[in-house]
Amino acid sequence: MSYSLAKVDRIIDHYGADAEALIQILLDIQHEFRWLSRETLLHTADRLGLPMNQLYNVTTFYKHFSLVPQGRHAVSVCVGTACHVRGATRLLDRVAQGFKLSPDETSADEKFSLKTVSCLGCCALGPVMVVDGKYMSNPTSNEIAEIVEECE
Amino acid sequence: MSQVNITINGVNIQAEKGMTILEAARTAGIFIPTLCYHEELESYGACRLCVVEIGQGERKKIVASCLYQISDGLVVETETEKINGFRRTILSLLMHRWDSIPASLLEKYGAKSNERFTDNMTYCILCGLCVRFCHEVKGANVLGFIGRGTIRQVVIFPNQSAKYCASFCPDEMECLHYCPTGVISSQYYGSRPADGQALPHAHPVCINEDINILEILERVGYISK
Repeated sequence: MSYSLAKVDRIIDHYGADAEALIQILLDIQHEFRWLSRETLLHTADRLGLPMNQLYNVTTFYKHFSLVPQGRHAVSVCVGTACHVRGATRLLDRVAQGFKLSPDETSADEKFSLKTVSCLGCCALGPVMVVDGKYMSNPTSNEIAEIVEECE
Repeated sequence: MSQVNITINGVNIQAEKGMTILEAARTAGIFIPTLCYHEELESYGACRLCVVEIGQGERKKIVASCLYQISDGLVVETETEKINGFRRTILSLLMHRWDSIPASLLEKYGAKSNERFTDNMTYCILCGLCVRFCHEVKGANVLGFIGRGTIRQVVIFPNQSAKYCASFCPDEMECLHYCPTGVISSQYYGSRPADGQALPHAHPVCINEDINILEILERVGYISK
């Protein structure tokens, strides 16, 4: 734990321990650890001289922040209007089956997290799935199974 | 202090520079309804009841009077049809969270309960007066908001359990005098409700070592297990 708090310290120092950079600091910490643990938040509050209620206010307001551990691989399925019309619900079913996860769930071994999102800006590819930043247009069950195999 | 001239509802008014429209209007005895405003606290702009129309002709716009600072020659209208329409909608929405909004306000703006809105009688209108009092006046930061949208609510924070509360307000939770709906009760002051005990209305949920913030978020539907 002390090792990871050293990482948190590095991120905070990078922004000069400036309370105004709170959101950017939290984003960087989340990028590093994939989620925001209570210890990390307490430490950040301490370093920035902010009360915990403000940190919880911010972290529960923005959907991007996660207070629960996230998987090593982020799987997103778009359920925005364009993707919905082009069959996002069927894709979501296939993905959920392939990864053995329901939406907003993280696998027990913290390998995958499945999320639904509301538009990725590439509607022409819809329905679209993103795994670790790699976009896939309407993958078949076999293609999904391949991805599951490939991921460490 | 330098003075500026502004016009509110067609009446010329002299006010001090740096005042907000609301302060200038109140000084001149002009009524603007508010719920989340309090002289001792910083303006927050949450309830939106204090909206007014500024400018003239095509350049008219709507601003929150509790936050907008006056400048020389400003023209303000506080009771136009458009603004009262806004107030009516806001009050109609609030009626489904709090059943005893001052009747004078409801009558004045013709707010009626609307069947499109579902009842969610939390008795908390999220005006933030208690939270801001706790932060600005007491410097305690024991109360705070979590979540957003329909699940947003006031909580008492971890590591800052009710006992911590008592170290800042030794006799009673002073914030309860600021609550317009009276939902913050001192019933749990100095202790905390046992697990699973029904909470009256929207009494702030107490979080400390053994009630985890994640459990609260789960209960209000912010995260799933």
